[in-house]
Amino acid sequence: MHEKEILLEVKNLSVEFNKGTKSRFRAVDNVSFFIYKGETFGLVGESGSGKTTIGRAIIRLNEATEGEILFKGKKINGKIDKELDKEITRKIQMIFQDPMASLNERAKVDYIVSEGLYNIKNYKTEEERRAKVEKALLDVGLLPEFLSRFPHEFSGGQRQRIGIARALVMEPELIIADEPISALDVSIRAQVLNLMSELQKEKGLTYLFIAHDLSVVRFITDRLAVIHKGKIVELAETEKLFTHPLHPYTRALLSAIPLPDPRREKNKVLEVYDPGCHDYSIDKPKWVEIEPEHFVLGNEKELQEYRKILEQ
Amino acid sequence: MEESKVILSVNDLVVKFKLRGKILTAIREASLDLYEGESLAIVGESGSGKSVFTKTFMGLLDGNGWVDSGSIMFEGQDLAKYKTEDDWIKIRGKKIAMVFQDPMTSLNPLKTIGKQVQEAVELHQGLRKDEAKKAVLEILSDVGISDPERRYKQYPHEFSGGMRQRVVIAIAVACKPRILICDEPTTALDVTIQAQILNLLKSLKEKYNLTTIYITHDLGVVANVADRIAVMYAGDIIEIGKCEEVFYNPQHPYTWALLSSLPQLGVKGKPLNSIKGTPPNLFYEIKGDAFAPRNPKALKIDFVKKPPYFSVSPTHKAKTWLLDPRAPKVEPPESIAILRKQWGLNDNA
Repeated sequence: MHEKEILLEVKNLSVEFNKGTKSRFRAVDNVSFFIYKGETFGLVGESGSGKTTIGRAIIRLNEATEGEILFKGKKINGKIDKELDKEITRKIQMIFQDPMASLNERAKVDYIVSEGLYNIKNYKTEEERRAKVEKALLDVGLLPEFLSRFPHEFSGGQRQRIGIARALVMEPELIIADEPISALDVSIRAQVLNLMSELQKEKGLTYLFIAHDLSVVRFITDRLAVIHKGKIVELAETEKLFTHPLHPYTRALLSAIPLPDPRREKNKVLEVYDPGCHDYSIDKPKWVEIEPEHFVLGNEKELQEYRKILEQ
Repeated sequence: MEESKVILSVNDLVVKFKLRGKILTAIREASLDLYEGESLAIVGESGSGKSVFTKTFMGLLDGNGWVDSGSIMFEGQDLAKYKTEDDWIKIRGKKIAMVFQDPMTSLNPLKTIGKQVQEAVELHQGLRKDEAKKAVLEILSDVGISDPERRYKQYPHEFSGGMRQRVVIAIAVACKPRILICDEPTTALDVTIQAQILNLLKSLKEKYNLTTIYITHDLGVVANVADRIAVMYAGDIIEIGKCEEVFYNPQHPYTWALLSSLPQLGVKGKPLNSIKGTPPNLFYEIKGDAFAPRNPKALKIDFVKKPPYFSVSPTHKAKTWLLDPRAPKVEPPESIAILRKQWGLNDNA
């Protein structure tokens, strides 16, 4: 298992806003994880938990206050040279949540998809640029003649495809997908998810999938991290996390997923997470690999309990 | 289940809109009997007309829309005939109230929470000053807002999304309505908050003797709250029945497709089921079964004649020719069988 190549590594990352003022706020607090090449890594949490901030820190939109972000072993946060900056811009791309708001209403699809290419001049001739853009559109199941249209002429699902094409045209290795299907209709969601996994197979893409819809996350991700108030509380292979959740917050989150089964759903017992259940006054919590590939945040006493659960 | 009274009865309702000089038929002869004290969920894709349908019960259609024919009987009156705001003011909020989807936009940011709830109390219950305030504080604690005295003086921006939705619900129940319509009440919220809000709505339903209608596309939410389910497609209710009947014994091909696209059915590494094609264009007249063009197993007659309701049980009916005694036997897709297995049902139930 361990010969898998690590594409991205986040080490002790913290992101603070309004530094040095009274309203100083730590959105991401000492977070560590890594993403293997070719996998889909999920990051789930509620709004305000810091999951989007992590994504934005990776593409250098938010500055890391502490810690390191390594892409293929090279540090990419803080001050980096121009050459590396250009490389990162190309190799890490993002897909945004709301396809209604993330496309420039006044630009044609041609410009929207090409904008990244213009910025890093990743083409020699006008024909080459055009060919790249057309290929990206075909890859996401849209026709090249759509290039001269405006975003308002498309449905939500098609717009999200344009958003994906805009990322693909850069030939990225890592795509950060920030709630890419939350704003879409149920039947369209399946289409976009299927498209994303096809592209992954074809191009060997790696995804960081940020979401709050856990039923979708279970289907699409290989490994999953659960984040609460800026801290990752548990991380494991997705199936393991769903079947053997350890941290009380993970358990509460999983129990809250509505099941499409009337009998079970109506008799379901909700687990409620009370952050007060941890006594961290003396015994401080640590980030520990409690079994191979399964990490959890807890202090000594809690870890002993978790180990007991795992033995059963 | 005991025999219950019909509180609202919709018959062959047709709603049209005028858009860019063209006429769009949003609701196509939909009928529905709502029973007192029940909880009904209306499910369907966006554009299926589920919001428009319920908006007609409160006279909230946009200016370019109108009820073309049909009736909406409520307390002996035909709401479809209501024209003026004076007519509607007796119903809207007072008898039928609504909780909207987005708590971020449905509150006035410039007024305190207390004032906004109090407005509703004063208008509909005729209470004044101290009495009204007392009623407001009571309602606020009913919807699970702790320390209502302090919260009364705060503004919406000081509330989280879940808390705001509680305030929106407080305003809706403040006038003690008979019917509460919840339009995607939890779509904008996190899962853990969603579970809390659904529990709150269920407990308020008991406390205030409400009849509730949920509009949602989340089948998990439906399974949690609904006694009955109405499946809407292209402006018509194509299948309706008790929650268990529709989930465990679906009849219409569209209901099959909807259940099949559940992510719970996904197998890693294989594509999810998705419904092919797009919903019909409502600017044109629809012939036959509106779902036929997207249904790979459609019969010939599906393209010619609109199917009537066929009864499956006294409480369960669907508009599909498959239920006609002359129809060939068409098995539901494999995914329905897989779902049934997941639910622990045997195949001849």
